[in-house]
Amino acid sequence: MNAPYDPRLPLDGLTRRGFLRASGVVSAAALLAGSAGCSWSDVTKAASQNPLPTGTPILVLVTLYGGNDWLNTVIPAADPAYHDARPGMSYGHEEVLALDDVSGLNPGLKNMASLWSSKKLGIMRGVGYAHPDRSHFRSMDIWQTASPSAPLNTGWLGRWLDHVSDQEPLLGLNIGPVLPVLAVGAQRTFAALSVKERGADPLAAVMAALGKPDSTDTAAERMVASSYAAVGRVRDDVVTHMSEVSLPDEITDDGSLKSQLLTVAACIRLGAPTRCYTVSMGGFDTHAGEKATQTLLLTGLDTAIAEFRTAMAGSPRASDVVLVAYSEFGRRVMANASEGTDHGTAGDVLIVSDRVKPGFHGDQPSLTDLDAGDLKASQDFRSLYAELLTSVLGADPAPVIGTEVAASHVLV
Amino acid sequence: MRRAAFGVTGADVDRVGADVETWVAGALNPGADPGVDATPPPTFAAIPAVGANAGREERQARNKAVNDQGDQLSLWWLTRMVAAHRPVRERLTFAWHNHWATSLSKVRQASLMLKQNELLRSQGLGSFTTLAQQLVVDPALMIWLDAEKNTKAAPNENLARELMELFCLGVGGGYTEDDVKQSARALTGWRVAADGTVSHDAQRTDPGPETVLGVTDHFTPQTLVGAILAAPTHPRYLATRWWHQLASGDAPSDDVLSRLVAAYGPSRDSKALISAILLDPAFDAAAGTLVASPVEWLVGAMRTLALPATPANVQQGRAVLRMLGQVPFYPPNVSGWPSGASWSSTAAATTRAAAATKLATLADLSQISSATASSRIDAVAHLLALDHFSPRTLDALALAKGKPVQLVATALISPDYLVV
Repeated sequence: MNAPYDPRLPLDGLTRRGFLRASGVVSAAALLAGSAGCSWSDVTKAASQNPLPTGTPILVLVTLYGGNDWLNTVIPAADPAYHDARPGMSYGHEEVLALDDVSGLNPGLKNMASLWSSKKLGIMRGVGYAHPDRSHFRSMDIWQTASPSAPLNTGWLGRWLDHVSDQEPLLGLNIGPVLPVLAVGAQRTFAALSVKERGADPLAAVMAALGKPDSTDTAAERMVASSYAAVGRVRDDVVTHMSEVSLPDEITDDGSLKSQLLTVAACIRLGAPTRCYTVSMGGFDTHAGEKATQTLLLTGLDTAIAEFRTAMAGSPRASDVVLVAYSEFGRRVMANASEGTDHGTAGDVLIVSDRVKPGFHGDQPSLTDLDAGDLKASQDFRSLYAELLTSVLGADPAPVIGTEVAASHVLV
Repeated sequence: MRRAAFGVTGADVDRVGADVETWVAGALNPGADPGVDATPPPTFAAIPAVGANAGREERQARNKAVNDQGDQLSLWWLTRMVAAHRPVRERLTFAWHNHWATSLSKVRQASLMLKQNELLRSQGLGSFTTLAQQLVVDPALMIWLDAEKNTKAAPNENLARELMELFCLGVGGGYTEDDVKQSARALTGWRVAADGTVSHDAQRTDPGPETVLGVTDHFTPQTLVGAILAAPTHPRYLATRWWHQLASGDAPSDDVLSRLVAAYGPSRDSKALISAILLDPAFDAAAGTLVASPVEWLVGAMRTLALPATPANVQQGRAVLRMLGQVPFYPPNVSGWPSGASWSSTAAATTRAAAATKLATLADLSQISSATASSRIDAVAHLLALDHFSPRTLDALALAKGKPVQLVATALISPDYLVV
C-alpha cells in the first residue's frame, strides 16, 4: 500500500498555496495560470506553422513524486552494509539486473537494463544538495526552483523561458492541465496540454458565454470563467480540425506516465516547436510494504520509457531526445519496522538518450559514513541542470540557476 | 454565510439580516437538529480477515465487503450534509477532515473512519489540544500514517513528521529534522488490533527520554502534543490554515492574524478561532477569492434547491463528486484536497454543467417559473443568495430565458455562484 503522499494533486491547491505562502514561496497568481491551457489542436497547428528543425535537442523531464528509494532502484547488492541496513527488504546480488560487480537495477527495470547494455543509459549517483530538507513539499520546491538556500517563486525551467528569446508559446509544454512549480517563470509559463476528448456539452452556448472575461471579475472568478472558455476551444477543435492529425488511439487521459510519454512522442514526431516537455508520476512515498509497491511503480516507469522509445523509433528526431528522471529525495538507508523506508537525502538521476555518456556518473555515497542516518550527497543537482541548459536547451545557465555550480558533463 | 454553511438561500440570509453575530454563535453552539437525528450513522459489522491461504475468490469477496462499507459510509455523510438543519456543523467537520486528511483507501475499515469522523465532529469546536491528543492515538490516522508500525527497533517517522508539518506547525514552523526523529521515538510502541482497539506495548517503546522543540521528557502522546502545540508558530499556522479553509485564498494580514491568534488563545480554543474568522472585519472584504470545492458546491446546490436527501439523489450526487475528484473519506493524500485551479479544469466544467442541469431538472422550480419573465433572473439570484450577477453571467442567463431549468443550471455553474 502506498503511503498517503503524492504532492502532485495539491500542487496548486489552496492548502498547498497556504504552505507556500507560509514559507514565502510562489505567488498564487503564478500557479493559477489558467490561460496557459492548450489542446492537441494547438499542437498540430503550431507543428505545421513553426516545426522544430530536426536535430534540435529536446528535453523530456520526468518528475517522480514522493521520494523514490534509489537504494532499491540502483542497488549496491554486493555491499554488505546494504543488506545489514535493510533486513527483509534488500535485493540479493542474484536478483538484481547486474550493471557492474557491485550494483544492479531493480528487477522491475528490465528495459532500463537493456538500455544500459546498449549504452543508452547514464546514471548520476549521490545527487542532492547541502543541508537536505526531508519534507516532500520543501525538497521538491528546492529541486524545482533550483534554490536550496532560500525559497524562490519561480521554477528553473520557467526561468529558462523568461530568458530565452524564442517567444513560441509551446516552447515548454507540460503534459496535463496542472503546472508544476518548475514550469512557472516570472514572465512566462509552460503551456499545459490536456488531451481529453469531450462529447457534446449540455450547456455549450451557455458555457461559451460564461467563458468571457468580465471587468468585475476577481482573480478566482476569472479562473473559473477561463475553464469555460477552454471548453469552447476544445469543442471548436473537435469540429474544425477533424481532418487534422489525431492523437494515437492508445493515448488516454488516465494520467499514467505511459499516456503522458506517448503524448510527448506524438508531439515530437509531429514536429511540435517544443524544446522541453514535463511529465510526472507519483506514489513513491514508500513508508511501508515498500518492495511490492516500488517494484510495481518501477515497472510502470520502465514500461512507459520503453514504449516512449518504441513510439519514437524510426523518427529522425529519436536521437534528439534526452529523457531525465529524478525525485525530490532518496530514502533513509536503514529500513523502518514496516518494511518501508522514511524520507532521506541524496539519490540517483536516470538519463536515457542516444546523446548520454553511458554508465555511472559520480560516486555512490558510502552506506556507512552517514549524515544522521542518511547518504551524503556527492554531487549537486544543479550541475545536472547546468548541463541540460547548456547541452540540450542551448541556453546560458547563469541567469537561470546562477554560477555556483559547474555543469556535469553527462551528455555527449 | 455562503462560505461558512453548505448552501444557503436568499430566504436564509433575509432571516439573519444584519445580526451576523447571533447567527454565528447559534451555528457554533450545540443545539437540537432533527435532520441529524433522522440520519444516524450506519453500524458496520466486522469483516473477518482472510487466512494466509485464502483463495482468490475469498479475497475478492472480502475486498467487496470492505468497499461496500466504504460506499455506505460516504453515502451516509453526504446524506447527513444535505439533511442537517444546522449545516455549519457538518461543513466544519468536513474542513477538519480536510485538515487531518485520512483516506479509507488505505485504512480499509469504515468503522474506524466513522469513529474518527465522530471525533472530529464532537471535538472540532473544543480544545485543539484535546482533539490532537485523541487523534495521535486514533486508529484510522495511525493506520493511515503507519504509526502502528513505529517501534523502538526501527522508528517510522510518517506520523511524527506530518503531525508537525501538516497538522500543527507547518513547513518552516520552527522544528528540525531531529525534532521529527525524536517525536517518532516518543510515539513508538502503539498498536492497532484487527478490531481497531489501540493499545500500548512497552516492549516496542523507546525508553526515552526524548527532546522535542527544546523540551526533554519521557513523552506520552499527550505530553508530546502539548510540547508541539506550545511552539510559538502553532497558533499562526492553524489560524492561517483555517483562514484559507473558510475566508480566503489570500493569506491573512498580520493584523487579522494577530486578532485570530488572540481569540484562539492559550487554551487552543477552536470554536473561538473559527468564530473570530467568521466575524473578523476582513472576512467580508475577503469574499470572492475561494472556489467552492465539489462537495461544497454539490451539497450546497442540493440544499439550496431543497432536493431531498433520498438514496437515489445522494448516489447520483456522489457519482458527480467522483468525477470531480472529491469523495468524502477519500482525500488524495495527507495534505487534503486541492482547491482553486484544480476545481476549475475544463473537464470539471463539463461535468458540473451536466450535473447542474440534472439538479435543476429534479428541483421544484415553481418559484422561478411562476415569477414574471422580467423578474426571473432576480428570483434565481435570490434563491442562490447572490446579491447580483455579473454582466457576463447576465448575458449567459439571457440565452436561457424562458427555460427555468436551464436558467437555474446556468446560475449554478456561473463564476458568481462557484466563487464564494
